[in-house]
Amino acid sequence: MNDRRNEQPLLAKKVWKLGDNINTDLMLPGPYLYRTPEEQARAVFMNNRPGWVDAVQQGDAIVGGYNYGMGSSRPAARSLRNCGVGFLLAEALNGLFFRNSVNYGLLAFECPGVSKAFEEGDQAELSIERWEARNPRTGQTLAVTPVPDMLLSIMRGGGVLPLLEQQGLIRRKA
Amino acid sequence: MGMTMTEKILARAGKTAQVKPGDVAVVDVATAVLLDMSFLPEGWVEILKVHDPNKVAIIYDHMVPAPTIQAATCQTIGRAFAAKFGIERLHDVGAEQGIAHAVVADRGYALPGSVLVCADSHTCAGGAFNCAARGVGGPDMLYAVTTGKAWFKVGETARYDFIGKLKPGVSAKDIFLTIAGTHGAHVNQNVEYGGPGMSSLSINGRRTLATMGTELSADFVIFEPDDALVDYMRERNPGAAFELTKPDADAAYAVRRTIDLGSLEPLVALPDAVVNNSVKVSQVAGQKIDQAFIGSCANGTLDDLAVAAKVVKGRKVAKGVRLIVTPGTQATFRAALKAGYVETLLEAGAVVTPATCGACIGGHMGVLGPNEVCITASTRNFKGRMGDPSSRVFMGSPATVAASALAGTITSAAEFFQGDVS
Ligand code: SF4
Repeated sequence: MNDRRNEQPLLAKKVWKLGDNINTDLMLPGPYLYRTPEEQARAVFMNNRPGWVDAVQQGDAIVGGYNYGMGSSRPAARSLRNCGVGFLLAEALNGLFFRNSVNYGLLAFECPGVSKAFEEGDQAELSIERWEARNPRTGQTLAVTPVPDMLLSIMRGGGVLPLLEQQGLIRRKA
Repeated sequence: MGMTMTEKILARAGKTAQVKPGDVAVVDVATAVLLDMSFLPEGWVEILKVHDPNKVAIIYDHMVPAPTIQAATCQTIGRAFAAKFGIERLHDVGAEQGIAHAVVADRGYALPGSVLVCADSHTCAGGAFNCAARGVGGPDMLYAVTTGKAWFKVGETARYDFIGKLKPGVSAKDIFLTIAGTHGAHVNQNVEYGGPGMSSLSINGRRTLATMGTELSADFVIFEPDDALVDYMRERNPGAAFELTKPDADAAYAVRRTIDLGSLEPLVALPDAVVNNSVKVSQVAGQKIDQAFIGSCANGTLDDLAVAAKVVKGRKVAKGVRLIVTPGTQATFRAALKAGYVETLLEAGAVVTPATCGACIGGHMGVLGPNEVCITASTRNFKGRMGDPSSRVFMGSPATVAASALAGTITSAAEFFQGDVS
């Protein structure tokens, strides 16, 4: 599972740039907490980027600033995954948001310098094999902070639920 | 190399000699707290095995008493789950209900030296009790409940040493607003509090400060233990075993700062962000308000209700302003009733609600309408947090909020504490 030689980098056709301190209320507004994951995914960024959910395409990347995902433990990472976000790179990730990213299978990594290196609309490449992000427009490459193997395999395996299911500890709805 | 309190507790719970920043610690969970929200029918997966029912507590708080059919459904699922696995600590609507972190405090569930997890970001509230308590996500809760374990990526630790004593009218909330305003966030760091001035803070004051650690984006927030903590634990959770944990003398800190409590003044955070956003009360004095709120897991303690009652006693809430007060737990509500605080608040024109997250989360019992202005003694003032996205939320101490409710504009509470001795 952790053998990553020969892996192709992930390519995002479009980068969406969000700023510093993007909080979980922006990704999953309070009034949607009790809605279905599908309805929640329709509410992402409705207060700071109305219309984003219609514009985002499968595999797009989010580039965030400092303390991305600050706020509550609500499943904001699941909403981003359900919106089709291919990966997320931020200057710094909030610890709780990072946990949820691991556990819901959203590829979210820290990449110092990323908010300067990308403009909105750029493409982005991410190589987990080399722990590197690249901007094809400028040719600039940045180091991505590696995630410990145990967490990376949960993240890439789709999160913690499939794991518990395999062990017979939970049963998910069909 | 010595360890911080966080590192020591995680090492013990992970049965290893040493834990250091950068490690992933896999630890035994002493207490796993589920909420009404944990049982959302859309997100709930069926648990087939519970690791240890005695290590689980279920506390209903976010939508209580159920304002919607969906909230009611969560509660139904939770009750069935508790019955199926024999989970005795079910804090259902009634005498023992309250905001989870406040119930944990009331009942002494956050055992010093142990690990506690809950799917709510303000779980670090339990750090007031020298407990490594941490908000985690829903999947983490499933993991903890079914396997008895949790993983944590260990961060560096920031240490604050308190000296001196708060002046009358200055509260733990103002300590937080000072730290958040002066030093900013502690992203991916633990925050530890101690020093010779720490013991001058009441247990309830420590709870406010530990709870607000979430707004510093801290991982774990841990207070050093003292005699007051031991007395509190013995009274609230008689017979419970715990292990007081102090930092090693040669523990390594990312940063270490001293705060002279006696030098602090009441502050207010401006709308939309808590961090790097604090100003002196005088700088926003005169700002008109529609609502004033005192409550939440951070400021629904008996100390907070006492201060609010002291300020409004014999006076009236300004015309056109709603003062909403929400005790943290029903037990705190009863204690405030006995002490006469509730009557004083009601006579002044406040609305006292049952214990719930309610207005704090913009859920119910005090939601803000378009363009309304609120001053709150709760945890968050993010855009749209307490209602309509166009509403604006200032944050202050319970004293500042109560004084503002009387004036109808943001105002200093200093006059109500003149002549008090600290
Ligand atoms: S009172 Fe507010 S901050 Fe505390 S748990 Fe409830 S919603 Fe969260």
